[in-house]
Amino acid sequence: MDLTNLVPIPVILPLVGAGITLAAARRPRVQRVVSGVVLGLVVVVALTLCFAADRVGPIVLWVGSWDSFLGIALVADRLSSLMLLVSSIVTALVVIFPSRREVTDSPDGVPVSIFHPTYLVLTAGVSNAFLAGDLFNLFVGFEMLLFASYVLLMLGATRERVRAGATYMVIGVLSSTLFLIAIAVVYGATGTVNLAQLSQRLADLPASLQLTIQLLLLVVFAIKAAIFPLSTWLPDSYPIAPASVTAVFAGLLTKVGVYAIIRLQSLLFPDSHLTPLLLVAAIGSLLVGILGALAQGEIKRLLSFTLVSHIGYMLIGVALGTEAGMAGAIFYVAHHILIQTALFIVVGLIERVGGSTSMRKLGGLSAVPVLAVLYLVPALNLGGMPPFSGFIGKVSLIQAAFAQGSPLAIVAVVASVVTSLLTLIAVMRVWNRVFWRPLPEGADTGRTPSLRTVPRIWIAATSVLVLITMSLTVLAGPLTAYAQRAAADMHGGSYVAAVKESLR
Amino acid sequence: MTPSLMLAIAGGGLLAAGVYLLTERSLMRILAGIMLASNGVSMLFLVVSGPAGLAPIVGEPKYRISDPLPQAMVLTAIVITLATSAFLLAMSYRSFQLEGHDEVADDVEDRIVRRRADRDLTSESYTQHEADEVPTDTETGGLEAAEDEPAHATTDPTSEPDSGKISGATSPTTPTQPGEAP
Repeated sequence: MDLTNLVPIPVILPLVGAGITLAAARRPRVQRVVSGVVLGLVVVVALTLCFAADRVGPIVLWVGSWDSFLGIALVADRLSSLMLLVSSIVTALVVIFPSRREVTDSPDGVPVSIFHPTYLVLTAGVSNAFLAGDLFNLFVGFEMLLFASYVLLMLGATRERVRAGATYMVIGVLSSTLFLIAIAVVYGATGTVNLAQLSQRLADLPASLQLTIQLLLLVVFAIKAAIFPLSTWLPDSYPIAPASVTAVFAGLLTKVGVYAIIRLQSLLFPDSHLTPLLLVAAIGSLLVGILGALAQGEIKRLLSFTLVSHIGYMLIGVALGTEAGMAGAIFYVAHHILIQTALFIVVGLIERVGGSTSMRKLGGLSAVPVLAVLYLVPALNLGGMPPFSGFIGKVSLIQAAFAQGSPLAIVAVVASVVTSLLTLIAVMRVWNRVFWRPLPEGADTGRTPSLRTVPRIWIAATSVLVLITMSLTVLAGPLTAYAQRAAADMHGGSYVAAVKESLR
Repeated sequence: MTPSLMLAIAGGGLLAAGVYLLTERSLMRILAGIMLASNGVSMLFLVVSGPAGLAPIVGEPKYRISDPLPQAMVLTAIVITLATSAFLLAMSYRSFQLEGHDEVADDVEDRIVRRRADRDLTSESYTQHEADEVPTDTETGGLEAAEDEPAHATTDPTSEPDSGKISGATSPTTPTQPGEAP
């Protein structure tokens, strides 16, 4: 069976779905069904690609069958199809949540019919960024997901959201401008934007020009991935969006930036690791992020800061420049997408049951044991408690850092252990105050917390997501092996070979 | 190929002016900044596309046509800038509807945290409180002691106790005064 034609499906299908849901703007039920079906199909396709890429190597499709490197290439290798699979699972599960009321918490209660089309465009953009075989298509993927995220962040256009959205949008536009400048420089220097061709031609450039290009692209992707010191926009904007939107943003958008950094460092500049620079940025992200989280009194903001902090873990793996480090980073990205989304979803449920996400106003939620379990499991996982995948990911990164052995790598190990402990303190503070403390005086809303205000399907979907994060522990062996093969792929040059082969 | 110096200087100048405008608080100036910067980037693409030539149509002699690829990229970038401008215009109008101006305000929750930190440093009762409490109260660290003070809700009208809740379009309070922050 020819699998190449499956490659563009994760981009095309959500776009078609976006068109249909836009046409059916007045029928929320149709919209939900279409979104669900489309995203479910994307999961199936991503799973197929994942296995196919593992068995036969990178699958390349030239859109429009141009017979030279001028065309647009979509490439599904092990790394991109794994990312695609994890992200499609997350988007397919989260789309269940915005039922009639949740997206529509605009003050006048009017249903926001734009949610589903925008959400599907966001999915298409994420898929496109993962599959892109050239820099410009990567830019287009980024623009699609950024634009969708502007709209989703400002759903309902309330005062708070317009304020937060303005900052977010300016940052997005600035990074896009930088990306375009970088593309212009790359094209002027090499005459191509195809990643496979670039990986060969960039090596012939003068060293100073190579470094310029690498740093330009790193800054662009670091803004998207929210790496310290380019991370300040994130905790300001993410918590303002509706809970389910924040969950997808936190899970996916920064990881697309991390994915781009992995590609950049492994494919385009395999010999220039910039280890000290990236390690310092990683240590900065880890510590500044988690100290910020400890100071917060609002749960969504606290989680946004831990998000910034944990990007540092992935960056450590990339910075080491070794295969083991890269494999650890890939595993950690997959783990973190799922876990961060799960936590934000649970906080959405807490908001629904307790009426707030501010720790000052919450308490006594241990009366709802299901919710407590749903929070505790991902929280311990994020902190890196042993049986869970967070522990496995951190251990493999720490092992890789020790194997590399430079003094700065050892500092990074110390920083990552400290961050792990501080993360545990941060999430356990929420646990103590929200679940075990009696409701503070004066904050009594006059109703007992119960799950009856929450639709049953939400509990089911959250449970599935939490179960998937737990299953990462069981699947850790195969998944780690897969991540190692993906890392070996990029260092071994099979990506470039497959792209060249496909043109014959 | 020799790149055109004039185009490069013009593109750089437009970008510099655009980035300067991006740092303003008014959304209309930000919009002007985005337009200038994106035009600057388009100029940079013109620089890398080499000297002008014939239209890139199949059949023309290859060495006389201009490079079509940068043109395709610039077109894409222009379309994206158009959409960005439209969105930003809508946003600044909405901001004008809500606030009466189109300036970007500070983050409320951020200010609450900052104010709490200031109080921690200056308040004697807090340090006393911490010294009494910490050894016995192991569950909640010193970090939280200040949170329970009701002070900031009354001393500062700009802090909304629950900024997680959307205050809504009809709320008459102004959460922040832009420009007063450092």
